[in-house]
Amino acid sequence: MSNPTPSPETSSAEALVAEHAEYKYGFVTEIEQETLPPGLDEGTIRHISAMKREPSWLTEWRLAAYRRWLEMETPVWPKVSYPPIDYQASSYYSAPKKKGEGPKSLDEVDPELLKTFEKLGIPLHERAALAGIAVDAVFDSVSVATTFKEKLASMGVLFCSFSEAVQNHPELVRRYLGSVVPVSDNYYAALNSAVFTDGSFVYVPKGVRCPMELSTYFRINAQNTGQFERTLIIADEGAYVSYLEGCTAPKRDENQLHAAVVELIALDRAQIKYSTVQNWYPGDKDGKGGIYNFVTKRGKCAGVDSRISWTQVETGSSITWKYPSCILLGDGSVGEFYSVALTNHRQQADTGTKMIHLGRNTRSTIISKGISAGHGQNTYRGLVQIQPGAKGARNYSQCDSLLIGDLCGAHTFPYLEVKTDDAQVEHEASTSKIGEDQIHYCRQRGLSEEDAVNLIVNGFCKQVFKELPMEFAVEAQKLLAVSLEGSVG
Amino acid sequence: MTRPALFEIRDLKARVPEAEILHGLSLTIGPGEVHAIMGPNGSGKSTLAHVLTGREDYEIVGGSVRFAGADLLAMNVEERARAGVFLSFQYPIEIPGVATAYFLRAALNAVRKSKGLPEIDAMDFLTLAKEKAKLVQMDQRFLSRALNEGFSGGEKKRNEIFQMAVLEPRFAILDETDSGLDVDALRAVSNGVNALRSPERSFLVITHYHRLLEHIRPDFVHVLMKGRIVKSGGPELALELDRRGYQWVEEELAGTAGASR
Ligand SMILES: Nc1ncnc2c1ncn2[C@@H]1O[C@H](COP(=O)(O)OP(=O)(O)O)[C@@H](O)[C@H]1O
Ligand SMILES: [Mg+2]
Repeated sequence: MSNPTPSPETSSAEALVAEHAEYKYGFVTEIEQETLPPGLDEGTIRHISAMKREPSWLTEWRLAAYRRWLEMETPVWPKVSYPPIDYQASSYYSAPKKKGEGPKSLDEVDPELLKTFEKLGIPLHERAALAGIAVDAVFDSVSVATTFKEKLASMGVLFCSFSEAVQNHPELVRRYLGSVVPVSDNYYAALNSAVFTDGSFVYVPKGVRCPMELSTYFRINAQNTGQFERTLIIADEGAYVSYLEGCTAPKRDENQLHAAVVELIALDRAQIKYSTVQNWYPGDKDGKGGIYNFVTKRGKCAGVDSRISWTQVETGSSITWKYPSCILLGDGSVGEFYSVALTNHRQQADTGTKMIHLGRNTRSTIISKGISAGHGQNTYRGLVQIQPGAKGARNYSQCDSLLIGDLCGAHTFPYLEVKTDDAQVEHEASTSKIGEDQIHYCRQRGLSEEDAVNLIVNGFCKQVFKELPMEFAVEAQKLLAVSLEGSVG
Repeated sequence: MTRPALFEIRDLKARVPEAEILHGLSLTIGPGEVHAIMGPNGSGKSTLAHVLTGREDYEIVGGSVRFAGADLLAMNVEERARAGVFLSFQYPIEIPGVATAYFLRAALNAVRKSKGLPEIDAMDFLTLAKEKAKLVQMDQRFLSRALNEGFSGGEKKRNEIFQMAVLEPRFAILDETDSGLDVDALRAVSNGVNALRSPERSFLVITHYHRLLEHIRPDFVHVLMKGRIVKSGGPELALELDRRGYQWVEEELAGTAGASR
């Protein structure tokens, strides 16, 4: 039985409605879960690997990552603060209990799980599924279902959970895993490499334009568990794929760690468009609870004229730490980063991108929109690096910050390293307070103060929203409105 | 005098922290009437417009305002707007990234919702908006452009009247809408206003120039000086002010003040 929060005896009907509006995905699914006891050592890793019946090379790869991680230290440079994390206190694997061999088709998936995803607006039955979108649904540590798999397979597009890919396409996994984000890249990437549990895998073959949006919906449900997912997307020569990612978690008073790694590889003339709408539980208005979203996302434009675009709308999590980046290796390749990051109440975000220009005539665009409200702290951190071989490289960066109220903060750290003599690099930045005049003007036309703020903020984010697939742009607008609730008046 | 007043301002006093600006202003406007307010720079004309529309920078320190029988000063900004009070701003505001049509539909729907009317959908709204754009000779392309962003001064003013035409308020204040307009734009704006004139709808037109009032014939003309209405008359007063300036009004005033002592 699912059990919507919060408990009725503590709140009046009105407060109940308000709380629901605040974070409507905060419910918990009551389902029997198989959970490893808290703690992390080599045994834990072997156990995870064994449960997934992984080949020994992968087990060894995980163990090497773990040993590397033990020698590393938590990064201290991000402009965020939180108490030290006790890595022995949380569990590294939790999954809904399997009945028998595990579901072969949707009809065998636990109805309670189907209901959960339906409630989140992600119907998994293909009859009811969102038109034109294939979904991989990840619940805590495992993928529970993937829709439209057969239809995609008929075109040669592989779309499945990461665990399945390890079983069915080990050669592709082995070739590309860690090829963009090396195990030792950073503290959380190393941790992820050691303990990742599931995620999505995509391979689009040569010359194929993937006919539908692919998406993964991540749901954290279990208490006291970290989520460590791993996503690998490969677009072969001339291929195109648009991929979306969404995420939510129950409301809990404890912080939960989400440390994902996403690797994208685009070969000659391939294009990958990766969009995120991140709505992890942000904690309550006093900063209690919420997800620590410490994520490494990187794409490699390996081939000539390839293109990788990151679009992110970050409204959730108590702390966000992520820099979706592009390595522009192929000549003429293009990297793009479009970001909206919103911090309200006590949320903190340190986010941005790295554009590493290696190939000739490579181009990159960075559009970052930061919105801070309440006591929110919002940092843009970005690196544009033009390496010696990158003749004719160009970059355009625009970083705008919008402040709502007097208690929040916006910070911008753009780093620029140019090692050629003909690079064209442009950087524009602005910080403004939301205009009293603008709000007043809207109100004079009949809009409430809250609607006025939403309208102005949406206008501010326009350049980014227009990069999102249609349905997601609408979702993103709504989400922003909900996240801003209580920020004015 | 059988019809009740739409607007009744009595002895209105308003201030900002630095100083009092309106020192006891009274004005009664009947339904269907057009009142013009003229007066030197800094006399308090825009302040009156802002106070009537509920701008929070001004503190009301005395007097009352009734609108259609209700206590206007008790309502907040959006409540007044929804009740039908519209201001064509002297300096219209830009909202980047928000299309004019999107903004105006949201506004119209907020007004409709407050009246219990159903929302107007995007298609119907577009039909309505195009028709009203024609009225003020505004190019339809402005509908999809971000609100006032990069608009010329004249285009912004036209957009104000366009919004008025769509929202169909009961009472509209035009704060120097004619300033900076060329002859064609002035005619377009006037046409827009005249098309909206009706026995139910009243206007308060703030202007420096008689030429606007040639297009929009006012029923009454008032002179606002130092925070008070000091003289009222018919359309001929506007012509006289345009010709002679305000000096003589001041002198006349000093004379009567001296005589009454
Ligand atoms: N928000 C404000 N803060 C301070 N002074 C103001 C403010 N608004 C108006 N004033 C002052 O009040 C007087 C009247 O201004 P205003 O109403 O704009 O005049 P008008 O529109 O007739 O030119 C001026 O001296 C102006 O400087
Ligand atoms: Mg003025």
